[in-house]
Amino acid sequence: MSTSTPPIVEFRGASKHFTVKSGTVKAVDDVSLAINPGEIFGVIGYSGAGKSTLVRMINALEPATSGTVVVDGHDLSQLGESALRGLRQEIGMIFQQFNLLQSRTVARNVEYPLEVAGVPRAQRRRRVDELLEFVGLTDKKKAFPSQLSGGQKQRVGIARALATNPKILLADESTSALDPETTRDVLDLLAQVNRDLGITIVVITHEMDVVKQICDRVAVMEFGKVVEEGTAYQVFSHPEHPATRRFVATAIKDKPDADTLARLRSRHSEHLITVTVHEDGGHGRRITDALHDHNVRGGIVYGGISEIKQRPFGSLTWGLEGAAADIQGVIDELRRYTTVVDLGTAAHPVDGFGYGADAAFQPAQHSVNAQPAQPAQPVQQAGARTNSQSQILGGDQK
Amino acid sequence: MNTIYAGLAAPISGLAADTDWSIMRPQLLEDLGKTLYMVGMSLLIGGILGLIVGLALYLTRRGNLFQNGVIYTVLNILVNIVRPIPFIIFIAAIGPATKAVVGTTLGERPAIFAMSIMTTFAFSRLVEQNLVSLDPGVIEAARAMGASRLRVIATVIVPEALGPLILGFTFLFIGVVDMSAMAGVVGAGGLGDFAIRWGYQRFNWEITFVTLVVIVLLVQAAQFLGNWLARRVMRR
Repeated sequence: MSTSTPPIVEFRGASKHFTVKSGTVKAVDDVSLAINPGEIFGVIGYSGAGKSTLVRMINALEPATSGTVVVDGHDLSQLGESALRGLRQEIGMIFQQFNLLQSRTVARNVEYPLEVAGVPRAQRRRRVDELLEFVGLTDKKKAFPSQLSGGQKQRVGIARALATNPKILLADESTSALDPETTRDVLDLLAQVNRDLGITIVVITHEMDVVKQICDRVAVMEFGKVVEEGTAYQVFSHPEHPATRRFVATAIKDKPDADTLARLRSRHSEHLITVTVHEDGGHGRRITDALHDHNVRGGIVYGGISEIKQRPFGSLTWGLEGAAADIQGVIDELRRYTTVVDLGTAAHPVDGFGYGADAAFQPAQHSVNAQPAQPAQPVQQAGARTNSQSQILGGDQK
Repeated sequence: MNTIYAGLAAPISGLAADTDWSIMRPQLLEDLGKTLYMVGMSLLIGGILGLIVGLALYLTRRGNLFQNGVIYTVLNILVNIVRPIPFIIFIAAIGPATKAVVGTTLGERPAIFAMSIMTTFAFSRLVEQNLVSLDPGVIEAARAMGASRLRVIATVIVPEALGPLILGFTFLFIGVVDMSAMAGVVGAGGLGDFAIRWGYQRFNWEITFVTLVVIVLLVQAAQFLGNWLARRVMRR
């Protein structure tokens, strides 16, 4: 992305606080973020992290309580209700539960935003036909939503969101209710929308796979704050925040977790190391060369390499046999190119992943509590979500 | 209003009375007509007002489009006060209001006045209950597309809930027929009055039974029509 084009969406210290009986819930807390025109921007976080509220601040269904949100050059807090309605017509939105009108046919659902925008009937009909062809549902024109599968419903949702030629498309957990194959189809369609129509897409998700497949850049949210932000490849290859690491671990199952590590140690008495593989270094050949040069024998015991936005990324866990000094030589050499986690041997384990004492020394007891715990969602956060949903409807009264 | 002489002329002969249907049939039809008129008018007026009050109850609820605690509480209490009053007491109790609005407390129009008020309150609660179960997601989707709040009411809230609203309205019909049976106390006639006066009070079980059959048929027809309409609307 060129830095000269102004961002299409910009959060400047934006917050959304809800007042509930027990106090104030900071659903979105002092977020600063810039989304560039034409990119697919992911926002990932656990439920209750504030990502749904964040995305609704873009179309002002949730007005910011402090800070500024600028969309396409407009400071949202400066716009009146009717100007906001106009702006919303330029922002499409799709939902986890599709939110189609059950009493209308597929064609009339897609037609709805055009009616709102005051487009004449003949023009509406033409546009509906175009859109249904684009999403591949021409034959379902007269069907009712209840007669469609989940994937088809989301296609209708996408056609509806695109009807008014929006500049931005907001996708709120748009694939979370779909099976993996349908998810792939819908994500492909979103990528096509981005590529062919040049529409900026903001994708809200709790699935790192979604980010891995289509996002250019990603922000990780936790407890209302953006804790990490960068290109998808950066965030995957060098996750810094613990929450980010947990998400990355769910999408790329290349590193042994505590249980797996314990089993590896019980099977392999060799010295174990985990080597990160990425496009700038640490590829297979370097490893075998290093082993050869230091006279160390080794084999792959665990690992995986996959693609993030068409770039290779993953890690391999090796079992090494040789003199301790030679093995250290291999580790030192590889560390010049990539990340190496030293796990030690079964007799002298090293807790390289920080799984805690249980994982390192008492393999038999791992399954109880060695797994890195997911953060418990505080009750307040759960409350924030319900509250934010109920606020949506009364939003413009404030 | 009633052709009282016909009643006086009929023999008072107890349970085994041979009913002279050549006299009773026109009387029955006249009272059926009155019932249909009173029920129809009350459903029309009470249906429209009940939809408005019901929408107001729903929309002013916490978290909804026109969230307003004061209006919601006032309407809610009002509905709760009026609805449980037995209609036979209600129709007498609002006599002064009836007199002020309609000009008299006797006849069909005062009955329609009282029935419409009760219908409004009964239907408003039915409307509210059906709307509460609406998926807030579709309302949010319409808002996200830039629809105004009034447009959302007209193009999303009411159409999406139309099927259940029709069934609720059909349910209401039965309640209104029930109310109309008590219209006799303000001299409005109707099937209820017919059954009591010619059947019950004269120990003519046959007339009571025939009236019952007519009312059952009426209600069945209404329920059938309501179900059919609701099914047509809810092609889901």
